[in-house]
This record gives sequence, structure tokens and C-alpha cells, in this order.
Amino acid sequence: MPEPVPGIEGAGTDQGVILVVGGGISGITAALEATEAGKDVILIEKRPFIGGRITQLYKYFPKLCHPVCGLEINQRRIKASPRLSVLTMASLESLRGTAGDYTASVRIAPRYVNDRCTACGACAEAVQAEFNDEFHDGLGLTSADRSHAASDDSSGDSSGADPSGDSSTGPLKPARRKGAYLPYPMAWPERFVLDPRIIGTEDARRAFDACRYGAIDLDMTEETVELKVAAVIWATGWKPYDAAKIQPYGYGRIPNVITSLELERMMDPLGPTGGKLVRPSDGLPARNVAFIQCAGSRDRNHLRHCSRICCMVSLKQSTYTRERYGDEGEATIYYIDIRAIDRLEDFYRKIKSDPKVRFIKSKVANITADPRSGDPILHGVDTEGYRRYSNPHDLVVLAIGMQPSVGGDDFPFEVVVNRDGFIEPDPRNGAIFAAGCATDALDVNRSVQSATAAALRAVQVVNAGTMPGLESRRD
Amino acid sequence: MSENNNEMIERYRGNFLREVEDNVEEGEWVKMCMQCGVCSGSCPLGPHWDFGPQTLFMMIRAGKRDEVLAAEGPWMCTSCYNCIVRCPRELPITHIMHGLAHYAVRMGLAPKNQPTRKFSDLFWKNLKADGRVNELRLGISLYFMHGFVDGIKTALKKAPLGLGMVRTKRMNPMEFFGGHKVRDRKGFHRMLEKAEEIESARIEKGPRPGAE
Ligand SMILES: Cc1cc2nc3c(=O)[nH]c(=O)nc-3n(C[C@H](O)[C@H](O)[C@H](O)COP(=O)(O)OP(=O)(O)OC[C@H]3O[C@@H](n4cnc5c(N)ncnc54)[C@H](O)[C@@H]3O)c2cc1C
Ligand code: SF4
Ligand code: SF4
Ligand code: SF4
Ligand code: SF4
Repeated sequence: MPEPVPGIEGAGTDQGVILVVGGGISGITAALEATEAGKDVILIEKRPFIGGRITQLYKYFPKLCHPVCGLEINQRRIKASPRLSVLTMASLESLRGTAGDYTASVRIAPRYVNDRCTACGACAEAVQAEFNDEFHDGLGLTSADRSHAASDDSSGDSSGADPSGDSSTGPLKPARRKGAYLPYPMAWPERFVLDPRIIGTEDARRAFDACRYGAIDLDMTEETVELKVAAVIWATGWKPYDAAKIQPYGYGRIPNVITSLELERMMDPLGPTGGKLVRPSDGLPARNVAFIQCAGSRDRNHLRHCSRICCMVSLKQSTYTRERYGDEGEATIYYIDIRAIDRLEDFYRKIKSDPKVRFIKSKVANITADPRSGDPILHGVDTEGYRRYSNPHDLVVLAIGMQPSVGGDDFPFEVVVNRDGFIEPDPRNGAIFAAGCATDALDVNRSVQSATAAALRAVQVVNAGTMPGLESRRD
Repeated sequence: MSENNNEMIERYRGNFLREVEDNVEEGEWVKMCMQCGVCSGSCPLGPHWDFGPQTLFMMIRAGKRDEVLAAEGPWMCTSCYNCIVRCPRELPITHIMHGLAHYAVRMGLAPKNQPTRKFSDLFWKNLKADGRVNELRLGISLYFMHGFVDGIKTALKKAPLGLGMVRTKRMNPMEFFGGHKVRDRKGFHRMLEKAEEIESARIEKGPRPGAE
């Protein structure tokens, strides 16, 4: 990857530049579509790597393929795009001006590692300090810490239980990473990062001394650059709703209640459990897994909107129990109604035909834990027959709702958002176009469609030098 | 009261949901229920009664007029508000439950031997007489609700509570021979009559303005 700042100035050619904020699948797609249409594009990503939330997923619905291969194709496309610059650990501080003629102020945090890094890992071995690994969301953390992990910038967690025999691996402990680290094994750019918390300590020196490639630069500082851009694509994505706020479900109090995102981390062979599907309380196999739909969504006490992906996510995840435990694995999905539309309906039908997957039409009222076994017990009334139930399971997965990762007053510019905080298409937004989960709760397929649409709008602005149709709208 | 009932049957011709919307307190919310089941699942009385709120709301939509108005459910509600705080659609469930109970009485269809209903009647009679609740008389009538022998037994069981109330001046044994009253008892009764008049006029008129 070219060294960022000089690279950008070079990009300021004869035509306007498109700035893409957020390097998830939507931001990457928008950036690639625009640059492959001959435009100059700068993509800025807050985290040290690109890919966004999909890097945390084990498999994709509906094909049950691994997200890694799609990401690899995109990385290759980025490398083949000379007019696209990618800046990691960067965020937009402010945006001034009008459509076709904005000035963006971008702040870049120091990584302390330059592009000579070969990802050999020697620095990580030398450094002693360890921190909770934010890549694994809340998994393995307990109570209060966990609800913080749900937000984007906390120091998350997961366990380091080791993948030995088939009995208990002991309670799940939060995963730790070193103060010099690669965010996850497939991270791109493939470059280590020094945690700012070790700067100025003995560990920084240790890392520096361990590196044989001259890749560590302890003098790096935060910098702010001003960029002239014609249009902005806002693709900052989503974050999970804070599950601890759904009080009757006991997330944070009952260890065997986790979120759907945490389950994705648990299935990862390189993740905190080594891919074992276990109960956080005791590390025993989780064979009988319950899924609770609309956890935080479609609820005026929480998120009012339907998060749209979580029915499909639970259907997908119901295959995980089968994958790990064959005929001994069972899944029970507690739902209000299943929302799998269009071609996704076929996937629903396929899952429904599996006798090991049960569907109970009921929003669970509350969860208690059996004091002896640690089994979570789900209480409620079944809408089909109005029968009361109290069902024990090994593990409960909350199909957690999606909310915009940037909300309210956090936008560095004025933008029109709807009741749920997602960006609305509106002429008042000028040449700021939202893409992916910044516009709505979307799956990958629809995020990519929305990103392509946003790229087209931005390309039009660049071609026209201003906002196409702006004059007529003013009348 | 029950000519009221025939009138309503005639007026709504099987559209019980509409009848509830027009005449039951907060009844216009019933159609907002999405049948998720959280209210019934959260209700502490749930295991002990015939129909919980979720079922009642479905029955209303299904036009099960007689079953709903004769149900015990609305009378069992203790106003704990568990359901209200959890309902994802923010239905004022507790109020609807009380609204249904009240409407059932007006239609003359409320369950006759339902203990809460009896208590409510006694409470109301007691209050209506003097404008103040006479705890002693109310308590005594309650004890004898199931007959004389039962009443003595209950009274003996509850004796410590009663004595405690006397000690803390929450109940005065002299109340049995009169008790405290509102100052203008006639005015109080006139006020109640007026209220009943307004209520009946409202029912006469049918749908409330803006209920559509
Ligand atoms: C449990 C779970 C499982 C799922 N499984 C599937 C599945 O199987 N199939 C499927 O199609 N979909 C699935 N989804 C949905 C999928 O995750 C989303 O569709 C996808 O992540 C949307 O991508 P995005 O780029 O819009 O947002 P994100 O992935 O959230 O990416 C946003 C990027 O922007 C960055 N960013 C945020 N704020 C800023 C800022 N201020 N400045 C700069 N950068 C910023 C973030 O760091 C991130 O890299 C699942 C969702 C959940 C919750
Ligand atoms: S910074 Fe140096 S030591 Fe660390 S991974 Fe990169 S090349 Fe290896
Ligand atoms: S997609 Fe399904 S689980 Fe998610 S909010 Fe909508 S109905 Fe509920
Ligand atoms: S909780 Fe609300 S929406 Fe759900 S069944 Fe009860 S009244 Fe209906
Ligand atoms: S308020 Fe009434 S209906 Fe609601 S949960 Fe409490 S007792 Fe049940």
C-alpha cells in the first residue's frame, strides 16, 4: 500500500475526488465501483484494518460460504486500483463546503508501524502487556464489561479456553492479545499495530528492538490532513444493540446467554474457543441451543425497527449445532414471525424441514438460570395454542438488533436521519450519500447494492462538477 | 343494565373489536397487539387464570364476545404493570384489563362469583354510602362473602392484621357503629349520579368522537 499522505495529494488530479468513510463491505464496494469507473477515491477506515463487521462472521447466509473469500477478491481489486488510496486508523473530523467542492479534515491516528512490516510477529512475542481482544465482541467477558464491549470502541474480549478433549474446557475467559498485534489473522493491510497504551513504556522499546525490518516507528504522531473532495460516501455501518438493556433476558447476569455476534466468534476455528460450541459458564458442549428473535428489535422500549437480518442469521446459526454435534445438536427458534423474503424463503424452507430445528411462535418473556446446572430456562406463552412453557437449554443466543454505528450528534456534518438513526436520502444532504448499514439494517447482498447506488451518485457529482439537478431543485 | 347489552349486540352486529374500541377504556389499542405473548408470559397471575391479556386480545379480534366478557382474566389483574413495561408495542394492557372488567359489569356479563368482582362491588357500595371507605365494615363483609362459617375462620386468621391496623390508627373499631363520612353526603351522591349520567350518555351516543 502506498504511504498515505503523499499518495493522496497525487490523487488530486484534474477531476474531483470521492471520499469514502468506513471500510466495511459497503465502503469497499463503493470505493471499488467508483474507482473502476475511472474516479479518484480515498477510503478512510477507523480501525487498523478493513472489512468491517463481516470479518467477524464465521459463515454467510444463504450459501454458508466463508466471508474470507469475498474479502480476498476485494483486496485483490484494491491492489489493482492505482487511483484508490486506503487510509486506516483514520476518521473524518469535519466537512465544509458544498456539493462538488468540500474540504474534509481527516485525522489519522499513529499506528507506530510503517509499511516495511512483514507481519513476522517478533514484536508481539517481545511485548509483555496484554489487553482484552476487541475483535471477539463481548464473548467471555462478564456482566458490566460486556455491555461496554457492545459499543464500537471498547476493549472487548473473549476467552482463551484451549481446544482440548470433548469434555469441559472450563469457564470461558476473555481472549487477550498483546500490546503489539495483528487485529485478526486475515487482517488487511497485513501490518501489525502497537497499542497506544504501551507507548512510553518498556514494551515499546522491546517491540522496537525485536523488529529486524525497521518497521517500528515510535515517533509517529497523530496527524490531520485537509482534503479537497467532490462527494462523500458515508458507509460507517452498524453496531449490535446493547443486549444488557433487555433486562428480562439476563445478558451479563446469566453467563449462558450470548449474542448472535458472539456465536459467530465462538465458531471461528481461530477464535477464543478454537471453534468449539460451548457454554461460557462451564465450557461444556452446547448441544441444545435456543435462539431468541427480535432481541432489542421491533420493540418500542428498545429499537423500533425490524433489523431485517436477524431471522436469517438465526436460521443460518441453527445449522451450527448440526455442524458441531450432528444428530445430537438441536436448535429451537423462538420467534414472533420469520422474516425471510424472496429467495431467502427457500433457505427458511430447507431449515424448517430439519427435524432437529424446532420453531416456537412466542416472544420469550424472561430467562432464569438453574442454580445447579447453569441451564438457562426460557419462560413464556406459545402463541400457537397459548400454552405456558419453561424450557431449559444449554445456551441461549439473542438474535441481537442492528443500530447505526454513528448516531445522533456524532456526525461531523449535518445530515438527515430517520427515526431509527439511519441516513435518509434527502436533497439537503448535498453530495453526501450513505451506503450499506448506515442507511438501514441490511444483509451483505443489499449492502453491496446500496453501495453501488451510492457510488453512481458520487460519480455523477464528479462528472458534473456539482450536484446534478441542484438548480431545478432550488426552484 | 342488560338492555344495554342487547342494544350493543344490535349496534355492533358481531364486530366485537369495534365495540371494544368504542366503549372500553383504551380499547382502541387492542388492534395494535402483535400476539408476541410477552404480556401473558410476564404476568404473575398467568398460571392461575383462564385467559391472559394476549389471549383476550386475540379473542376480541375473533369476536368471542360472550367468552371475553364472562372471563375471569380481567378480574385477576393486580395492576403489577409487568406487562405494560415489557409490551413491545406499548399497549396500556393493565388499563385495558380494567376497562374490560368495567365493561363486562355494564353489560351484566361479568362472572357472578368471581372474588375480585365481589370485592370491587363491596368496595364500591361501602364507598358510595358515606363517601369514605369504612375498612372495618368492608373487611367484615369480605370475610362473610363465602358464608358465615368461612367468615369466622377468615376473621380469626386475619385478627392480628386487624389489631395491628387498630393500633396504628389505620382502623377504628367504632366505625362499626357509624364511622367517618364526607361532610356533604347528599352532594356526594348527586355527584355520583351525575357521573353515571354522563357515562350513560356517552354510551348512548355510541363511538367517541375521534375514535375512528
Ligand atoms: C450476527 C450477525 C450475522 C450476520 N451474518 C450475515 C450473513 O451471514 N450474511 C449476510 O449477508 N449478512 C450478515 N450479517 C449482516 C452484515 O454483517 C452486514 O450486512 C454488513 O456488515 C454491512 O456492511 P457495512 O459495510 O455496511 O457495515 P460494517 O460492516 O459495520 O462496516 C462499517 C465500517 O466502518 C467503520 N467505521 C465506523 N465508524 C467510522 C468512522 N466514524 N470513521 C471511519 N470508519 C468508521 C467500521 O470500523 C467498519 O469497518 C450479519 C449480521 C449480524 C449481526
Ligand atoms: S513490526 Fe516488525 S517485528 Fe512486528 S510484525 Fe512487523 S516486521 Fe515483524
Ligand atoms: S429480522 Fe426477524 S428477528 Fe430480526 S427484527 Fe425482524 S422479525 Fe425480528
Ligand atoms: S405484549 Fe403487547 S404485543 Fe405482545 S401479546 Fe401482549 S399486548 Fe400483544
Ligand atoms: S398488570 Fe395485570 S395483566 Fe399485566 S402482568 Fe400484572 S397482573 Fe398481569
